[in-house]
Amino acid sequence: MTATATTQRRAAHTGVGRKSRVRLPFSAWHLLLAPLALVFAIPLIWLVLSSVMSNAEINRFPPALWPSGINLGGFRYVLNNALFPRWFLNSLIVSGVAVVSNLVFGSLGGYAFARMRFFGSRTLLVLMLATMAIPFQLTMIPTFLVMKSLGLIDSLGALIVPSLVTPFAVFLLRQFFLSLPRELEEAAWMDGCTRLRVLFRIVLPLSRPALSTVAILTFLTTWNDLTWPLIAINHDTQYTLQLGLANFQGRHHTQWAAVMAGNLITVLPVLLAFIGAQKSFIRSITSSGLKG
Amino acid sequence: MSPVPTPITISGHELQQRARRQARRRESATAWSFISPAVLIILGLSIVPTVWSFLLSFQADDLVTPSRWVGLDNYYALTKDPHFGEAVRNTLVYTALYVPLSIVLGLGLALVLNRRIRLVGLYRTLFVVPFVISATAQGTLFSFILDPQFGAANAVLRWFGVSPQNFFTDPAQALLVLVAISLWSGLGFCVVVYLAALQDVPQPLIEAARLDGAGRWHLLRHVTLPTLTPVSVFLVLWQTINALQVFDLVYVTTKGGPLGATTVIVYFIWEQAFKNFTAGYGAAAAYVLAVALFVIAAGLRVVRGRERNRLEGATR
Repeated sequence: MTATATTQRRAAHTGVGRKSRVRLPFSAWHLLLAPLALVFAIPLIWLVLSSVMSNAEINRFPPALWPSGINLGGFRYVLNNALFPRWFLNSLIVSGVAVVSNLVFGSLGGYAFARMRFFGSRTLLVLMLATMAIPFQLTMIPTFLVMKSLGLIDSLGALIVPSLVTPFAVFLLRQFFLSLPRELEEAAWMDGCTRLRVLFRIVLPLSRPALSTVAILTFLTTWNDLTWPLIAINHDTQYTLQLGLANFQGRHHTQWAAVMAGNLITVLPVLLAFIGAQKSFIRSITSSGLKG
Repeated sequence: MSPVPTPITISGHELQQRARRQARRRESATAWSFISPAVLIILGLSIVPTVWSFLLSFQADDLVTPSRWVGLDNYYALTKDPHFGEAVRNTLVYTALYVPLSIVLGLGLALVLNRRIRLVGLYRTLFVVPFVISATAQGTLFSFILDPQFGAANAVLRWFGVSPQNFFTDPAQALLVLVAISLWSGLGFCVVVYLAALQDVPQPLIEAARLDGAGRWHLLRHVTLPTLTPVSVFLVLWQTINALQVFDLVYVTTKGGPLGATTVIVYFIWEQAFKNFTAGYGAAAAYVLAVALFVIAAGLRVVRGRERNRLEGATR
């Protein structure tokens, strides 16, 4: 808009007629968008490139901006000097359990709130919604004390228990279930199905979008979290990838190729998931906002 | 469970009622079995710790030895603590830069991407990708790129004849660099939220305004932006709350330094509770933050309500 306006104004100034105005073969907006998109992409491209560079290439001044060949020294260094495979597994376990249990407990809770009448349901729902407003910093110290008294500190259990089910999962699924037509379920009750059967056979198969939103957002938050693992975990065999990467960088900060190799290992699962299910990711991210 | 054999003397009406009551009780039991895992975990790990934190904030506690009550001493000490004051100032500067920039730039980009131009999908992808990457990965990546000695940033600056910068090691730059990285990763969120909201701008309204001779600027100013108001209010709230809670990125890149230039509130809380083991003091600081977040959320809700009333009044 502004660009075309300026060209028009300039055309008027120089007395050049409107007809002779140079027409770009593409929208002028690309002149703004393309460089900006490049700025957004370059750090990530640089991450991939530098992970396959040799340390000599990086430590040169000025550093090389393109690798001379694929050098796996960084990856080798990472595997020899850190427990990245172990951390990868830990992260996978924590995120995997969190995703499954949020789907299960979120569905059960959400369904009860959406379709069942029971004593105390309104109070509970309000209470649960209110907990969404409690910032993590307020609860982290006592949560640490709770986990300590349960003997879970320094184990994956300390990471798993607090992320088993979030109010967000319950609330999002409740809202989705409410939007489904009741008639489908009523027919099943008439046939004598239990609530659990109705939920799993009829409601959940219709709830794929909401379930995928819960799965994606749970995966993103648990996989990417650093604060809580930093507090709950001391021993390096129990690190998650984020905690491992943060520590690895602190200890080997001159081994940039290796740090970038470790970084790539940390972000690759998220990047691949994002590329593979881009539509669902963007929808989930948007809804995390609009329904918050 | 079959109904208990009943004596014939009980009327049919009463029987029906009893059956209904029984069914309701059974339903209630099922419902509670459905929600109890969620209730146990969510309430147990939020309400209980919230109360606990409140009690902690009136105690001197090192997480090991028995704590002792100190009344309001922790809160009083916070007001006198220059490090806390610095943390509040840094957090406010960070928030005051990040929130408006992310929203204004996000809105601008969304408006551009909402026009039917080619490659919109590719642009959107590139803007959103950094959002899914962890703050830890962002931090290590930019620590490398912005390394004064080995970083690519200074190599690129040299091409343009700019002298090498210190970035994270310069107290005057570090906080600004953190804002820039947060914009890199957080802008995409604002873009996709605005893009979704732009789909909901009623097309007839735009047509009507156009027929009335409204230019592009008028359309934007008087039709598009007003319909986006609820989303904008939400984004201000959301981004502010997230900005005030920034921690991971700071921990990975600067650890609050240099010279405390990037110590933010949550970093202060974490340091007090888990490095200096003054949990009570940390809890008091956490309560100050939580109350601030609550006031902001409540304040914006009031503004939003008033705005809605005003809009409804205008259309009436």
